[in-house]
This record gives sequence, structure tokens and C-alpha cells, in this order.
Amino acid sequence: MNINATLIAQAIMFALFFWFCKSFVWTPIINALAARQKQIADGLAAAADGRNSLEVAAKQSAESLNQAKQKASEIIAQAEKRAGQIVEEAKGNAKIEGERILVGAKAEIEQEVNRAKESLRSQVSALAVAGAEKILRKEIDSKAHSEMLAKLVAEL
Amino acid sequence: MTTETITSSEYIKHHLQNLTCNLNAGHVHCAHTAQEAKEMGFWALNVDTFVMSFILGALFLMLFHGVARRASSGIPAGIQNFVEWVVDFIDGSVKGSFSSTNALIAPLALTIFVWIFLMNFMDLFPIDFLPKIAQSLGFGHFKVVPSTDPNATFGMSFVVFFLVIYYSLKSKGLGGFAAELSMMPFQSKNPIIQILFVPINLILEGVNLIAKPVSLALRLFGNMYAGEMIFILIAIMGSTWAGFTIANIALFGSQIFLSLGWAIFHILIITLQAFIFMTLTIVYLDMAHQEHH
Repeated sequence: MNINATLIAQAIMFALFFWFCKSFVWTPIINALAARQKQIADGLAAAADGRNSLEVAAKQSAESLNQAKQKASEIIAQAEKRAGQIVEEAKGNAKIEGERILVGAKAEIEQEVNRAKESLRSQVSALAVAGAEKILRKEIDSKAHSEMLAKLVAEL
Repeated sequence: MTTETITSSEYIKHHLQNLTCNLNAGHVHCAHTAQEAKEMGFWALNVDTFVMSFILGALFLMLFHGVARRASSGIPAGIQNFVEWVVDFIDGSVKGSFSSTNALIAPLALTIFVWIFLMNFMDLFPIDFLPKIAQSLGFGHFKVVPSTDPNATFGMSFVVFFLVIYYSLKSKGLGGFAAELSMMPFQSKNPIIQILFVPINLILEGVNLIAKPVSLALRLFGNMYAGEMIFILIAIMGSTWAGFTIANIALFGSQIFLSLGWAIFHILIITLQAFIFMTLTIVYLDMAHQEHH
């Protein structure tokens, strides 16, 4: 336990170990640690960026989905309106056509009635003549009448 | 134990003696007794301290350098994790207590912490294990814990002290450093009284300055020496074994129980002492870097 030259030897050894540690141990390790720290920081930043752009993309897609829905509902509304219009048009057309047909039919019916009246009238007169003929044939003597007939014929 | 009939006192003395050698007329001579070692004077070398601390320092640097050579920013694995953990711990400690910027402080702290830890760690080997091996190789004395040798602890603290002086002069200048030593802690607006204060301040601050390396070295040495001493005392307990009596069995059992307990407690001490030496070094150097108190 004496103080001797070991003191100097230990001090020199310590200084040499310190120098070696500084040059060949500490610097490379701390540099590697710093590089890794930077890499991790970069990675985290990239991840944050990715998350952000994901959020933006999600917002965009939601927006375009909304737009599409709105457009679709607009189109449907238009189509419904158009369909209503077409139905109305068709109804109108049908009414006009129906009326036209009705008028035609009424005219034809009237014509038919008139024609039937005419023929009925002529038939009635013929019937009356025939009836009168039958009555007359009974009451008229052919001899008396033949004279008249002959007169008629002569007059003709 | 050199002979069968060794006394407890001889056993303790034997364990506390370094392998002190010097060059005598071109011939290496190693001291056999404490008296002989003392007579060798200053120009002798404690070979055990030197060899053990060199092996431990080299082991530390080889291990860490092996990792540093392959160090990459990729995914760390195996021993790299451990080394990076230690480096990160030291870096955190330095950043926590060192306010200036100096790239030398952190590697200095790493060297101090790991080297002292390894030197202290030798305390946990069974007390007779390595000395017996050394003895079989022909070395009569062999102290395996370099930090129980004041030469090792003072060697380190003197390097730290040199750095403290160097950085004090570098950052404060000669005048600033001198002013720090002579103008504080007693100050006066009156120049005459201030001049009277200078010698008092010099004594106080001088003691303060010298106390730094001395306390660093003695704290580590004292703790490790005392710890070693207790290991030696515990090891003596079972050495009086003389057959199966209740007293012998009790002593033997106590030795096992106490050495286990003390060794577990010592794991804390060796780490703590390494940490204290490192932290105080950082703090002293931080004070040396500061422009004013």
C-alpha cells in the first residue's frame, strides 16, 4: 500500500485508455446513435405525412361521394319531373283523341239515324200504298176500274 | 495462505500486500514482505495493480471497440444493445450535469465509469481464487482489485485534476482562475480589505481545489479497501475449522451466509462508487468550464 511509480503508470494508462475510448469507441457509437435517431425522426415524420395525406384523401373521397349523391338525387328528381310531364302530355293527348273519336262517333250515329229515318219513311209510304192497294182492290170493281185504267192508259 | 500454519493476522496482511517489484541491477526483484516493499521506495511498480487494471481496461475497450467498429444506424442486436445502453446512460448523465460543450467529457466519463466498475468488480471473485492461481504461477502476493490500491485511484484522480486545471485556465484565463482562487468567497467593496482577504481566500479555495482529486481518489480507495477487508474477515471465519463441532459448523455457515450477503450488497457499492467517481469528475469539469461561480 505504498505510493510508488504505479501512480504514474496508472495515470498514463488512464490517459491512453481515455484517448482510445474517445477515438475508437465513443465517436463511432455516438455517431451511429445520432444517425439512428435521425432515421427514426425522419420515419416518424414520414408516417405523420402519410397520416395527413390519408386524412386529406379521406376528406376528398367523402366530398366527392357527397357530390355524386347530390348529382344522383338531382338526376332522379329531373327524371321524375320528366316522367310526370310525359304522363301529363299523354293524358292530354288521350283526352283530345278521345273527344275527337267521340265527336266522329256522334256524327256517324246521327247519320245512321237519319238514314234509318229515311228508309223507315220510304218503307212506311210503301206500306201505306200497299195497304191502300189491298183496301182498294176489295172495294173497286175491276170492270169499272178497267175503264178508268184504260182512260189513264189512253191519257198516258 | 502460504503455509498450513498461517495465523489470521498473517492471512490478512498477505491479502493486503501488492506484488511490488522493481529493477535491481538489470534484474526484476519482487518484494516478499511489506517491509521490503516499503524499502523499494518510489521507483517500484505494483505489478498486480498494473496488470489487472490493464487487462480490465483492455477488455472494456476491446468489447466496446468491437461494437463501435460494426456500429450502424440499423437495428441493433445482442451486445450492441448493451453497449448502446451504457453509452446512452453516460451521455444522459453528462448532458444532465455538464452545461458547457466539450466533446471530451462524455468519453472520459465512459472510460471512468466502465473501467472503475470492472476494477471494483474483481472484488466479487472469491477472495482466494485469483491469488491462489497467481501463487501457483510463482507470485507470492497478488491483489486482484486494482481500486484497493491508492496508486490506481490517485493515478486517475490526478489525470482528472490535470484536466480541471487545464480547462480552468483555458476557459477563465490565468487571471480569471487566479481571481477565482483569491477573490472568493470573502469579498469587499473596499480594496484594502479585499487585499487582506486574498490570503484567506487562497487558503480556502486552495484546500477546496486540492480536496477534489484527494476526495475522488480516497473515496474510491476507502470504499473498496474497506469492502475488501470485510471479505477477508468473513473468509477467516471458516478457516478455524477443526472437525464437526457446533461452533465450527456455525462459523462455516455464517461465512457462507455473510459472504453471500456482503457480495450482494457489494454489487451496489461497486456500481455506486464507479458512478460517484464519474459524476464528480463531470461536475468538477463543469465547474472548471464555467466563467464565474
